[in-house]
Amino acid sequence: MAASTNGHGYRVIGTRPVRHDGVDKVTGRAKYGADYAFPGMLFGRVLRSPYAHAVIKSINVKKALALPGVKAVVTADDLPELPDRMEAAGELPVNLAHLSQNILARRKVLYDGHAIAAVAATSPHIAEEALRLIEVDYEVLPPVMTVEDAMKPGAPILLPGLRNKEDGPDKQTNVASHIQFKRGDVAEAFKSADYVVEREFKTAMVHQGYIEPHNAVGIYNADGHATIYCSTQGTFVVRSLSALVLGMPEGKIKAVPAEIGGGFGGKTTIYLEPLSVLLSKKTGHPVKLTMNRAEVLRATGPTSGSTIRCKLACGKDGKLIAAEIRMAYEAGAFPGSPVGAGAMTIVAPYNIPNLLIDAYDVVVNRPKTAAYRAPGASNAAYASETIIDELAEKCGIDPCDFRIMNGAKEGTAQTAGPPYKRIGFIETLEAIKNSPHYKSKLEGANRGRGVASGFWFNVGLQSSAMVNIHTDGTASVVIGSVDIGGTRAAQAMIAAEVLGLDINDVRPLVADTDSIGHTDVTGGSRTAFATGWAVYEASQDAVRQLKERAAKLWEKKPEEVAFNNGELSAQGDGLKPMTVKDMAPRLARTGGPITGRATVNARSVGPAFATTCVDVEVDPDTGKVQILRATCSQDVGKAIHPAYVEGQMQGGTAQGIGWALNEEYFYDEKGILRNSGLLDYRMPTCLDLPQIETAIVEVPTPGHPLGIRGVGEVSIVPPPAAVANAIYHAVGVRMTELPMSPPRLLKAILKKHGGAESQAAAAGR
Amino acid sequence: MAKKTVVETILNGESIEFLCEPRQSLLEALRDVLELTGSKEGCLTGDCGACTVIVNGRALCSCLMLAVEAEGKTIETVEGLAPADGLHVLQQKFLEHASLQCGICTPGVLMSSKALLDHNPNPTEADIRYALAGNLCRCTGYDKIVKAVMDAAKSLSTRARAA
Repeated sequence: MAASTNGHGYRVIGTRPVRHDGVDKVTGRAKYGADYAFPGMLFGRVLRSPYAHAVIKSINVKKALALPGVKAVVTADDLPELPDRMEAAGELPVNLAHLSQNILARRKVLYDGHAIAAVAATSPHIAEEALRLIEVDYEVLPPVMTVEDAMKPGAPILLPGLRNKEDGPDKQTNVASHIQFKRGDVAEAFKSADYVVEREFKTAMVHQGYIEPHNAVGIYNADGHATIYCSTQGTFVVRSLSALVLGMPEGKIKAVPAEIGGGFGGKTTIYLEPLSVLLSKKTGHPVKLTMNRAEVLRATGPTSGSTIRCKLACGKDGKLIAAEIRMAYEAGAFPGSPVGAGAMTIVAPYNIPNLLIDAYDVVVNRPKTAAYRAPGASNAAYASETIIDELAEKCGIDPCDFRIMNGAKEGTAQTAGPPYKRIGFIETLEAIKNSPHYKSKLEGANRGRGVASGFWFNVGLQSSAMVNIHTDGTASVVIGSVDIGGTRAAQAMIAAEVLGLDINDVRPLVADTDSIGHTDVTGGSRTAFATGWAVYEASQDAVRQLKERAAKLWEKKPEEVAFNNGELSAQGDGLKPMTVKDMAPRLARTGGPITGRATVNARSVGPAFATTCVDVEVDPDTGKVQILRATCSQDVGKAIHPAYVEGQMQGGTAQGIGWALNEEYFYDEKGILRNSGLLDYRMPTCLDLPQIETAIVEVPTPGHPLGIRGVGEVSIVPPPAAVANAIYHAVGVRMTELPMSPPRLLKAILKKHGGAESQAAAAGR
Repeated sequence: MAKKTVVETILNGESIEFLCEPRQSLLEALRDVLELTGSKEGCLTGDCGACTVIVNGRALCSCLMLAVEAEGKTIETVEGLAPADGLHVLQQKFLEHASLQCGICTPGVLMSSKALLDHNPNPTEADIRYALAGNLCRCTGYDKIVKAVMDAAKSLSTRARAA
């Protein structure tokens, strides 16, 4: 086989093959969760709270059950009541009571859209009608919508049992936790500083905005086994969490991964899955539940709005000296905001000797937040990266150079203490500095350029993989990682690389929870990294077995057989080298089929850095911002399929721009979400964005056999601050609240030019 | 419940009849009655474009049209896009350019793109962005989608010149 490579010592890795699931996805044949149908299937709908905070006094389902076509109605009374304690499930501990009460409210509703009951009927329309016949008697309570209000003494309490360590066991509170990071002597350091900038920032609650609403089809069999078909980022999480909520043994549930129409972290938990099983058990039929868009926005996924007070200091030379930060994140109705991650990422790109960070996780009457692409980091970077820009300006230093001067390198202490291994932060800044974008001149009134950087940990966790060698010499790769953006192709490429096969001779398959070993969620940028690692090892295991078989044929020892560029060879007369294809038909008589297997719990994770440069034009009469140009540079370790790596960088940039400019949950004074549709929850369209340029940086992750670093998340971190900095350089106002929507920016512009504007108005302009 | 209605239509080139309830949207009839699940539901309010089909030559959201309104009309869905012997050039270019990540918006984006190219074989980038502004994609930032449509248009016009 020809050993043609792509210039990096690889033959397949680094190329851009067509993805294996591509044809299904461009012809409409790919089956997403909502596309499943089974004989006798019923349709379920969920009744949701019209109040942000209320006691449920009673629920009467009689009239709903009497409607022809309605087969079952369930409430929290149909689920086991779970204790208020943490239990390990999947990769993170969960509070059992909170998990269950978010599926169906018990005694209290805690946000507009909180699920109360679920109906199964012969058509979705009948199920919808039945919801209107369920009578719920509420005692409405005052809602608490912001972290400031929730932290006030005497604030209405959401969870009567919630306590934190500082306030002790006797005090009811909305503050679920307080985390602190401390290093050096902050007070002294600020005294010695030449420049200090302190500002308070606010960011709005935003949604992941996946286009596919949540869905689940549950089939409960008379033998006590259940199957769930759904679009999720983690079938094993669906299985373990659903088992907890239903009080079923985990092994009696099989979760089958449907194709998934976007998740961005929002599909790493459960909503409808246990309900589909519960309704199926009650009716004896398969039951399909799907959410509409309003339900998705009201009751799933958002990430925290936040208030961040950030104070940074540097010397005249631009060296950062100290950081003092206080941040509070909205957890939603149950504890668990990503404020801890926010605290550990906010100044992670920099070497700052003195720091004090206080972070508060606060419950409010909003939906329970879920992970969203580098959770907590974009909010945090909006604050710190705006101030970094301001300090660079005060020092008269280019914003890239300022960051390079202070940037974390191998050996720099991370916020939580341990030093970084080899990382590529500085390289992302150099890549931006050398980009055609940064080198170009930006001219014209009300135009500005902004730069910002971001950090994300990435995670490793557990993955399983199998590589099967088939009789025709092709291979199939079986993994448990749901493919949310093209990772199947990357897995197949890794196997093809190791086995010396053509990429089209390797078929990747995402298996259900019974067909592959435990695999954690597709999240934390871990799929190419950790599952890719497992696929690499499983492929090596297959190679090891191939060598043994060749050794048998050639009457050699396995260690005398070499495998290079897809060829098995050994020294000896008449021993012709064999490819995997040559060997495949000989497997039966040398011991049977070959399946390479591997599992990993990947620990040596390589953190990700990105730097983004944005040009904007501001309309000073309306406050509208047009993005003229955007470039994202990111350290990806090693790009397996560069087109999909670019796609991650571009997609995260686009989401970050939406977060920066338009996206926002609007709650009224009663705590009701007023923009629960995609017309008013305004995500970027293709008219709002320019072509998004990318600069892939490859600094291999130490310890990983291919040097892969996760690529899925960090690109969303810099854009809000990059846009804010560009706005400042365009019109001279520092924006401290997200989104920087036209009315908000116009107000800031008018305030800055207040005097001049009023004079112009008086002059009758 | 009102009685079901028979609707006659030309769907992906075939004359067909189907039964639907008066309250069912075209999207619902396509997915639940005709089992053509390529058209996706993203919002049911015409804001996301995942359900885009072509009706009498115009791209529209099938969630905003009642199934009974399909009577006598010509409807194209993503299932009818590919010729028997391969893929439509738009489908091919979407694969080559890695224009999809999760793929849920892809059927709708393809149908909007086809409607554009049917009417305007030589669109500018601005034309394409305008024509696709009703199709939300949350994964890609649109960059690779727009490039695929530009490339498809180029490929179609080269073919047309050669013919």
